[in-house]
Amino acid sequence: MSGSGRLAAALLSFLLFALFVAVWHVTTLPGGGGQAADSEYAKLVGAAAASGQKSAMPSPKDVALKLWEHAKDPFYVRGTNDQGIGIQISYSIGRVLLGFGLAALVAIPLGFLIGMSPLLYRAFDPFIQVLKPISPLAWMPLALFTIKDSATSSIFVIFICSLWPMLINTAFGVSAVRREWLNVARTLEVSALRKAFQVVLPAAAPTIMTGMRISVGIAWLVIVAAEMLVGGTGIGYFVWNEWNNLSISNILSAILLIGLVGMLLDQVLARLARAVTYPE
Amino acid sequence: MAGFKNPYDPNIKLSSGCGCGRHATQAEHAAAVETDQLASGSEALHARVVESAVMRALFPQDELRRRFLRAVGAGTALSAISTFFPLGLAKEAFAQTGKLEKPAVKIGFIPITCATPIIMSLPMGFYSRQGLNVDVVKTAGWAVIRDKTLNKEYDASHMLSPMPLAITLGAGSNPIPYTVPAIENINGQAITLAVKHKDKRDPKQWKGFKFAVPFDYSMHNYLLRYYLAEHGIDPDKDVQIRSVPPPEMVANLRADNIDGFLAPDPVNQRAVYDGVGFIHTLTRELWEGHPCCVFAASKEFVTTMPNTYRALLRAIVDATAFAAKPENRRQIAEAIAPANFLNQPVTVIEQVLTGNYADGLGNIIKMPNRIDFDPFPWHSFAVWIMTQMKRWGQIKGNVDYAKVAREVFLATDAAKIMKEAGMKTPTTTTKKFSVMGKEFDPAKPDAYIAGFAIRRA
Repeated sequence: MSGSGRLAAALLSFLLFALFVAVWHVTTLPGGGGQAADSEYAKLVGAAAASGQKSAMPSPKDVALKLWEHAKDPFYVRGTNDQGIGIQISYSIGRVLLGFGLAALVAIPLGFLIGMSPLLYRAFDPFIQVLKPISPLAWMPLALFTIKDSATSSIFVIFICSLWPMLINTAFGVSAVRREWLNVARTLEVSALRKAFQVVLPAAAPTIMTGMRISVGIAWLVIVAAEMLVGGTGIGYFVWNEWNNLSISNILSAILLIGLVGMLLDQVLARLARAVTYPE
Repeated sequence: MAGFKNPYDPNIKLSSGCGCGRHATQAEHAAAVETDQLASGSEALHARVVESAVMRALFPQDELRRRFLRAVGAGTALSAISTFFPLGLAKEAFAQTGKLEKPAVKIGFIPITCATPIIMSLPMGFYSRQGLNVDVVKTAGWAVIRDKTLNKEYDASHMLSPMPLAITLGAGSNPIPYTVPAIENINGQAITLAVKHKDKRDPKQWKGFKFAVPFDYSMHNYLLRYYLAEHGIDPDKDVQIRSVPPPEMVANLRADNIDGFLAPDPVNQRAVYDGVGFIHTLTRELWEGHPCCVFAASKEFVTTMPNTYRALLRAIVDATAFAAKPENRRQIAEAIAPANFLNQPVTVIEQVLTGNYADGLGNIIKMPNRIDFDPFPWHSFAVWIMTQMKRWGQIKGNVDYAKVAREVFLATDAAKIMKEAGMKTPTTTTKKFSVMGKEFDPAKPDAYIAGFAIRRA
């Protein structure tokens, strides 16, 4: 895209954002009306309840202030159950990387094997098809019951959910390597190991990377849900703890951060994917 | 007389003036100490004098000593000093407690005011006074707290009073012997309805309502069912009761997913604070002095770590005794409201604990025992809970009510430690009480169940 085109896109993005904030601001303006309660009663309830209304959505300003508060001090520790948003997100990223890493360690070699053999491919297929669509939250009670450790359970749930896209994509990529290339390798009497690493792996790498990119996205979706369920630490716990306090500004801050980190993880894998693509 | 005071107490001064704050003048304080002297015997006092001398030599500035004790806790200070100073008598006094098998203990809790004794013991130092290093961990829901406790991730836990009974009986989980060393709170729950129902105050108008309770095995479930059934509403046919974790209740009420709930505080007060609901009735109107949440531990923990168990129980009983005094409630509210514990506005917690609250309809109500604290685990409480489990079909077949109550509710231990803490201790473990005007006799549980018109057993 040309320089002026990029500028126009950035400008349009900014305008969309400004419009969104403006609409948000207008819709959260404090409404009048409702009779005010006497001052002693008003002291005991929230500002909205004092004038006979439900507490309202926070305004963009409230959320911005909250974000600034978190940005100023992201790494505080005020006890087991109250730690800064930076610490919480680090816990979540750590869990995701661990679960995702383990899944990659299992999925890529296994996918390779399945992809190389049409027999295994067909034998594994029904299991993969059944296990793939299971929600992470459905795994959690089973994991807690059998593993008997909540920290390991959350990592297991990430593992099991990010396993399938990588496994399927690896198997597909390996099985779809062009016949001619394999035939050339056979003509040159290349050893099986060398064929796997120098022909099949580079040929299947883009598909494998696509699978990994899908998986890391799923892992990041799963961690928030898993941490909300189990509690303790992590950004999911942070959201749950602030839900408990009905603090929508804090939840919005967390949502923004979850989105940013998810985008970052995706970008990293997209870069890696670009590095292994080859022209046909 | 400074030499006779406990030199490990961070709240007193060793130098001058009445440091304990309980007496108007130093003379009055001295008189009280003298009475104590007669009571506790001269040997203990002798030890005090020695200890005070040691502490004063170590900390010539009194403020320094107090800050040191506040920072590390008396137990730590004492053990640190004993390592290099032969405090023989002090050691002997400590030996009564026995060596803690596991000084670092993890306790799970749900962020509700029922957990007050468990939570406040951390910031207010009741655990450290027993030499315990406790970590209280906020947990997302009752099922998770049950699983984490059964997994031994938690050594002990805050639970709903029916849960240890259900776990022991194997209802809703594999049977594992569980115990209730102490009740945490009595009363302190309420029925809250959405503001749009403010004209439907008669339960007979509640047909088709959707209610939330925290858990199937909860006093909330049994009390709500009892209340509805007494008004002729069948809780299984005429209304819908679902279990929703307490922190999610206000959000659900706000979203019109439910019409009301029988919930622990601060959920009820929070609904009022946010203008979402009003308090229809406090559960103390149904049954004055009913138990709600308990301090629970596995039988295995109690038998394999008796000293740790007793130290924990002592901390909880002391905290409960402290919380039972209305004048301490404001201070407790401030200690447990921050994000590390309940994560609520202080005023909400204060209204719950002091009983001076807004009801959501524009009235200010004064009800000092809205929530109260009494650690004694009455066996008759356990029997009543089991009659309701049976009434609603959660357990089937014959139950030896008295035996299960005796095994799970550890009344003897609690009584002993309450006596040590100087609390009034009941001489029996069963009592009659009445729920909504209907008397319950713990000796005749099956007749009690048969007396209800609406029941599943």
